[in-house]
Amino acid sequence: MNVTTNTRAQRMTFWEKLYLPEIAKGLALTFKTMFKPKLTRQYPEERWEPLGSYRGRPVLVLEEDGERCVACGLCSRVCPALAIEVQAGETERDKERYPVKFEINMLRCIYCGLCEEVCPEEAIVMSKDYDIVFHSQEEAIFGKDKLLVPIARLQERLEYLRQYK
Amino acid sequence: MSPLVLTLIKGAIALNVALVVAAALVYLERRISAWMQYRIGPNRVGPFGLLQPLADVLKLYTKEDIVPYNASTPFHRLAPIISIAVALSVLCVIAPASYLLLDDGTKLFIAVAPNVNVGLLFYLALSSIGVYGIVLAGWSSNNKYSLLGGLRSSAQMISYELAMGLAAVAAVMVSGSLDMNQIIASQSGGRWNIWFQPLGFLIFLVASFAETNRAPFDLPEAEPELVGGYHTEYSGMKFGLFYLAEYANMFTASAVMTTLYLGGYDMPFLPTLLGLQEGTLPRVLFELAVFVGKVSVPLFLFIWVRWTLPRFRYDQLMNLGWRVLLPLGLANIVITGAIVFFVR
Ligand code: SF4
Ligand code: SF4
Repeated sequence: MNVTTNTRAQRMTFWEKLYLPEIAKGLALTFKTMFKPKLTRQYPEERWEPLGSYRGRPVLVLEEDGERCVACGLCSRVCPALAIEVQAGETERDKERYPVKFEINMLRCIYCGLCEEVCPEEAIVMSKDYDIVFHSQEEAIFGKDKLLVPIARLQERLEYLRQYK
Repeated sequence: MSPLVLTLIKGAIALNVALVVAAALVYLERRISAWMQYRIGPNRVGPFGLLQPLADVLKLYTKEDIVPYNASTPFHRLAPIISIAVALSVLCVIAPASYLLLDDGTKLFIAVAPNVNVGLLFYLALSSIGVYGIVLAGWSSNNKYSLLGGLRSSAQMISYELAMGLAAVAAVMVSGSLDMNQIIASQSGGRWNIWFQPLGFLIFLVASFAETNRAPFDLPEAEPELVGGYHTEYSGMKFGLFYLAEYANMFTASAVMTTLYLGGYDMPFLPTLLGLQEGTLPRVLFELAVFVGKVSVPLFLFIWVRWTLPRFRYDQLMNLGWRVLLPLGLANIVITGAIVFFVR
């Protein structure tokens, strides 16, 4: 039923109806706020350091004896944005296969993290990089030179994956 | 020097001062609003971001000037010109300081057009011509949002013009003149009108907010429902002119408020204490400083209120104008009239 109540508590008092005291209250609040500490982060100088759970650009793990990736192509298959291209080659090392070419098109990548989830070797992980800049479409295709990151710098993410994946 | 040349020089100076003040206001508005929202505001261009307005203008100049298809081109061009021209021409009756006594005994008045005996009327008349700029902009853009913005603005200006005029009438009754210099002279020695006309000042203040289309009365450019209001279809420096006009209007409204209610360049005791003779250069500079100091108070209030209060609904706006401010203004006149009649 559509009942409107008009109790004493809901009605505005005389002073509230006059607006002016309420306006003064509001003005006092904004004036006080002017001298409070600011929340703005001055970006290029002050950078935000994400936690391990942050999904920045996907990178390939580089160990002492070379990359972890075995070029199985699962990440390329699962990528919903069709951003990854892998070409497999043979190597003398124990795991026999390695990616001859590994490219991620950063204009296509949506940072979903599915590649990381599906990788059997934990060879592709999400890093903390969030300021990704390029000036042309060609530049946006990151090859192995940009994708391979030493494992030491990815410890936090690997730790996170071990705990929560 | 012939009076004509002198007036032209004074006019040119006033024009430049007004534009610089408008630019400074844009910067201050952005900075103060940022502080009120826990932000820092523009601080990259030049020291403390002081050159931000320059960068803004440069950007506006390099933007493409788009005139909508089927718009009425001449009026579309004319509208921002009217807005800025009116906003700036009001300046000439404002007296920022008294006069300089020259060697040959003549007085060089600082105001561009000193001792105009209808100074205040001139301000009221011109400030309502400003609505033409907005209405024309709204109508000639061939856009329903612009049109609605223009309509709202004209209705709002007409409603509040009345309350503003009534408040001014009471102040004029106390001062006994319409001439800006006379009004200030009548308040000399700290007998400022605000002490005798607190209600009138409040009405004038609220009406000024509405006249300059500032929040909480910025319905003509209400973003949520009207996109950009009357200037939706303006780009580049044409938009910049509207923007500039808003701040120039703010400045003149504050200057008139200072003249009418805050005693203009008057500062009791201090000039005599410092031994500043009337008509000397130090005295004029002192008066200018006092005037600037006083004008900055309502200017800060304009910015302060904008970042505090939410926008009125349209019916609330009309209610306030016609059912609150108008009767209050009338009552104020009657009371003031009675007091003036019996006391004098
Ligand atoms: S994060 Fe998602 S979109 Fe980006 S490469 Fe991996 S699977 Fe593709
Ligand atoms: S990164 Fe992982 S999923 Fe992708 S090809 Fe290499 S091993 Fe396979």
